[in-house]
Amino acid sequence: MTAEWTFPPGLLLILGCFLVPVLRGWARTGAIMILPAITLWLVWQVPDGVNGSLDFLGYSLHPVTADPLSRLFATIFSIMTFAGGLFALNQNRIAEIAAAFAYAGGAVGVAMAGDLISVFVFWELMAIGSTVVVWCGGTESAGRAAQRYLLVHLFGGVVLMIGIIAYISDTGSIAFTAMQADSLATWLILIGFLINAGAPPFSAWLPDAYPEASWSGAVFLSAFTTKTAVYVLIRGFPGNEILIFIGVYMIFYGIIYALLENDMRRILAYSIINQVGFMVTGIGIGTEMALNGAAAHAFAHIIYKALLLMSAGAVLYRTNTRKCSDLGGLFRTMPYTTIMGIVGALAISSFPWTSGFVSKSMVSQSAADMHLTWVWFLLTAASAGVFLHAGIKFPWFVFFQKDSGLRPKEAPMSMKLSMGLFAALSIVIGLFPGPLYVLLPFPVDYVPYTVPHVVNQLQLLLFSGLAFFVLLGMMKRTLTITLDTDWFYRIALPWAGRRLAYAFGPIDQYIRTGFLNKFERTMDEVFKHHGPHGALARTWTIGSTVLWVAILLVLYLLVYYI
Amino acid sequence: MKDDHWLVRPATIRKMWIFGIAFLVLLTLADLTFKGYSNFWIDGTFGFYSWYGFITCAAMVIGAKALGIFLKRGDDYYDR
Repeated sequence: MTAEWTFPPGLLLILGCFLVPVLRGWARTGAIMILPAITLWLVWQVPDGVNGSLDFLGYSLHPVTADPLSRLFATIFSIMTFAGGLFALNQNRIAEIAAAFAYAGGAVGVAMAGDLISVFVFWELMAIGSTVVVWCGGTESAGRAAQRYLLVHLFGGVVLMIGIIAYISDTGSIAFTAMQADSLATWLILIGFLINAGAPPFSAWLPDAYPEASWSGAVFLSAFTTKTAVYVLIRGFPGNEILIFIGVYMIFYGIIYALLENDMRRILAYSIINQVGFMVTGIGIGTEMALNGAAAHAFAHIIYKALLLMSAGAVLYRTNTRKCSDLGGLFRTMPYTTIMGIVGALAISSFPWTSGFVSKSMVSQSAADMHLTWVWFLLTAASAGVFLHAGIKFPWFVFFQKDSGLRPKEAPMSMKLSMGLFAALSIVIGLFPGPLYVLLPFPVDYVPYTVPHVVNQLQLLLFSGLAFFVLLGMMKRTLTITLDTDWFYRIALPWAGRRLAYAFGPIDQYIRTGFLNKFERTMDEVFKHHGPHGALARTWTIGSTVLWVAILLVLYLLVYYI
Repeated sequence: MKDDHWLVRPATIRKMWIFGIAFLVLLTLADLTFKGYSNFWIDGTFGFYSWYGFITCAAMVIGAKALGIFLKRGDDYYDR
């Protein structure tokens, strides 16, 4: 490779991780604002194709490779870092912002990585950065959640690494191109990717960890890990049919668990899995329109999901409570945050004239075009379900519902600005989808705004809303959590460990004491003969020594003459 | 605490229900004004999206409630 070196855009944010903590005051604010902006500029300076290579263990790595797909994701990751940084300006725990920058740099790095080894390096950097962000939640439960989070992601990383090594030994190539899950190597790579996407059975890490982060940390977390997973799935496994099943499962898992949930940020965490499910389904369908839909939905999703978590973060910042059962009626004193939350809620529900409408409908339409009947009916039901579990439930229980008596102040200026930016983007993309469609990996031949599409979508969503208010009594918030697959490693595994110790304890003890008794007896014997008073260790007088030497000599002479 | 914000007065809520239901009826009737594109026959029939949205959502709420019987625990479950 003789191509000239281009500065890796992700590296700037990773360097920012070390720069931000040493700056103070306005310099720090400036760095937090400017570094993501320069990153965005750098992303657009990278020409198509491979830009420079690096030799590593006999392989040439291509850490800066660009095409429309990688540019789309690197772009939204940069914008997200900017808005997340703006939202977090009041955050005193500077380690969180530094870690978030490294995390975001890893995400941009994955988006621009042209080979599997580079993907893996940035992938692991993200795992470390995001763990620190969770850990910066500062509470004891955040610390424990960060440990569990790290274990799941290190496990995923190991699976991915084994897959990559097996893939390289199978094919001799480290190129990151489209694969089929048809060998052990590709299956392991797929599983490694899916763990980060929040796919079953490892989905529980997401609602377990994200809500434990600080009011600003959760905003960063919502954007990068699952969406880089979507990116690598689009590039690595388009059209793998199993992804349709996994995606549909994720969609309904997210809805059902969010409906049962009381913690406002955990509701939003479940709905991340729900939304990623739509993208994974699109990747499984694998047509150009479906992949465009998945990519566009990831782009739109990062914006409105961050907006929703910003409004939840502002509520948490002002009230210090996360439970819907303790919240309600906040629209009186936080009207701006309420409106921002509603815009995010409308966008996630794919309401016409919001970003979700122009992106998600491409996935549904591609299911119809491929005559995937059951997939289309499930996706349509799920679209209604999104309005139910996130679109109405979140704003209703946080901002309206009953009067909780809380009268918090409106969000501070930096939060208002970042929410305003993302709310505006959600609406502008919805009204003018053209620029987003131009960025997509394939040419777009899709018109979202037709009279039937708008009317049908409104019918679907508003009747879903009717169902919500008719069945409101069944959704009364309770002080509960819902068991998930993390139960297996939080309760079952430790229990099994204790049971095992209990069952094998006596046998273990028998063997140990038996051995120790034997050892002790042997040592006693040795002591008897060789100890200070042992026959073999006594100090002999010179006389007896001479006598014994004389006897030995006589014996020797006798033997000699015989 | 007496709460007299106009948005939460019973009269306002009653009006919102009336206007809401009226809007939903009109929205469903709007199906008659255009020939919709249908992918699978039934989705082109009158009022499909209205009843499908309502029924599937009701099913999800009831399904979640049923699952909750088995899976819900107190929110200090893991701290005990």
